[in-house]
Amino acid sequence: MSLVQTFFNSQVMLAALPALLRGLVNTLLLSAMSICAGTAVGLLVSLVRLYAPKALRVLAIIYIDLLRAMPMLVVLILIYYALPFLGIRFTSWTSAVLAFSMVMSAYSAEVFRAGIEGVPAGQFEAAAALGMPFAQTLRLVVLPQAIKAIVPPMTGNCVSMFKDTSLASTVALPELLNEATNAQALYANPSPLIMAALVYVALLWPMVRLVSILERRTQAKRA
Amino acid sequence: MLQTATMPIIQVENLNKWFGKLHVLKNITLNVAQGERIVICGPSGSGKSTLIRCLNKLENHQQGRITVDGVTLDDATRNVDQVRREVGMVFQHFNLFPHLTILQNLTLAPIWVRKIPRKQAEAEAIAYLERVKIAEQTHKYPGQLSGGQQQRVAIARSLCMNPKIMLFDEPTSSLDPEMIKEVLDVMVELARGGMTMLVVTHEMGFAREVADRVVFMDAGEITESAEPGNFFERPQTQRAKQFLSQILGH
Repeated sequence: MSLVQTFFNSQVMLAALPALLRGLVNTLLLSAMSICAGTAVGLLVSLVRLYAPKALRVLAIIYIDLLRAMPMLVVLILIYYALPFLGIRFTSWTSAVLAFSMVMSAYSAEVFRAGIEGVPAGQFEAAAALGMPFAQTLRLVVLPQAIKAIVPPMTGNCVSMFKDTSLASTVALPELLNEATNAQALYANPSPLIMAALVYVALLWPMVRLVSILERRTQAKRA
Repeated sequence: MLQTATMPIIQVENLNKWFGKLHVLKNITLNVAQGERIVICGPSGSGKSTLIRCLNKLENHQQGRITVDGVTLDDATRNVDQVRREVGMVFQHFNLFPHLTILQNLTLAPIWVRKIPRKQAEAEAIAYLERVKIAEQTHKYPGQLSGGQQQRVAIARSLCMNPKIMLFDEPTSSLDPEMIKEVLDVMVELARGGMTMLVVTHEMGFAREVADRVVFMDAGEITESAEPGNFFERPQTQRAKQFLSQILGH
C-alpha cells in the first residue's frame, strides 16, 4: 500500500466525513461554551482577586493557582472519573464544559487582572473624584482601557482552549478527535486522523497568526 | 476672616493620617468658608496633596473628623459618594479618560452619576468648554491635546458636575512653562466667580492674586495660615522663610 493510500485514502475520508463533521460541530460547541463561561467566570474571579476582602482574595488566588498548576486532562479526569465516588455524576458533556471553563476562567482571570492593573491609578481616582461608584468606574473607565492589553493574550487562551477540547475524547465525548479515532478503528486506516489534524490546522492557523499580529501591535505601541 | 453667621463648608478637626508607620498628617485643623480661596504650599513631602486628597476620601484618614458641606466623611459609602459629587478635583497629571473624546470625558459622570439626559449634558459640557476656551476640540481625544489644553479640559470636566468646592492638586506642576498661564487664567476666572477653592501649588503669583489665605505645611503640620500679604512679607517660621526664599529667590 502506498503512502498516499495509507494516510490520504480518499474512500475512507469520504466515508468518515459525516462523522467528522458531527465531531467538528461538537468541538465548536464545546469550545464556544467553555470560552464564554470561562471568560465570564474569569472576569468575576479577577475582580474577587483584586478587590474582595482578604479571605475571598486568598480563595481566588488558590483557585487560580490550582487550576493553572493542574494539567487540563487531570482536571477533566478528576471530574469525570473521581467525583462519581462522591456520588457526583456528570455526563461527559457537563464534565468537559465544567473542566474546560474552570481552567479557562483561571487563565483569563490572570489576563483580566494584568489588564486592569495596567490601567493607571489616576484613572480610578479621576472617576472616584467625579463621584462614580466603583462598578461604573470599572465598566465605563477601566475595562474599556484594559481591553487593549487583554485581547492578545485572551485570543491565545482561546486558541489553547479550542485545541484542548480534543481532550474530551478521553471522556467519550464525540468531538472531532473522538470521531476521528472511531473512524480510524472502523476503517482500519489512519486517514480520518490526518483529516482531523488538517481541520484543526485550517481553523487555528489563522487564529495563531492573528495572535502574533496582535502581540506585535501591542509591543509596537508600547515602544 | 470670621464666619459667625454661616457654617464653614469644610471643617477638618484634629486630622491624623499615617502611611504605614509614617505619620503624614499631624493634628490638622482647618476650616474653609464658602467662597474662600485657599492656597496650600510647602516643601514636597509636607502632606499638602495628602490633605486635600482626604477631603474627597481618595485617601482614608485614621483619626479626626472631616465634614464637607454638612456631610461627615466616614466609612459610609453613601456619604463618600455624596461628598464627591459636591467636590471637584483637578490632578497634576490631568487624568483624562484617554479612550473617550473630550466631549465624552465631560459628559460621562453627568450622565451616569447626575443622571441628566445626554443632550442636556452635552450642552452644558460645551458651555464649559467655551469657558475654558477649547470648544473647538470637542471631538478630539485627550492624547491629541497639549498639556495645557488637557488640564483645562480636566477643569471643565469637574465643573460639569456643578461642584460647590474645587480641589486642585498641583495643577500646573507637570506643564511646560508656556502653558502654565492658560491654566492659571482659567483658575483665576473660576475664583472670581466665587468658587470655593483649595489649591496646592507653588505658583506664588497665583496665591498673591486670588488667595484669601495661604496655608503653609511642613512635615505633616500646618505651621502658618495667613493672608497672602502677611505670609509673603512676614512669614512667621524659619521653615517658611527658607521655603519662600528658595521658591521666589531663583
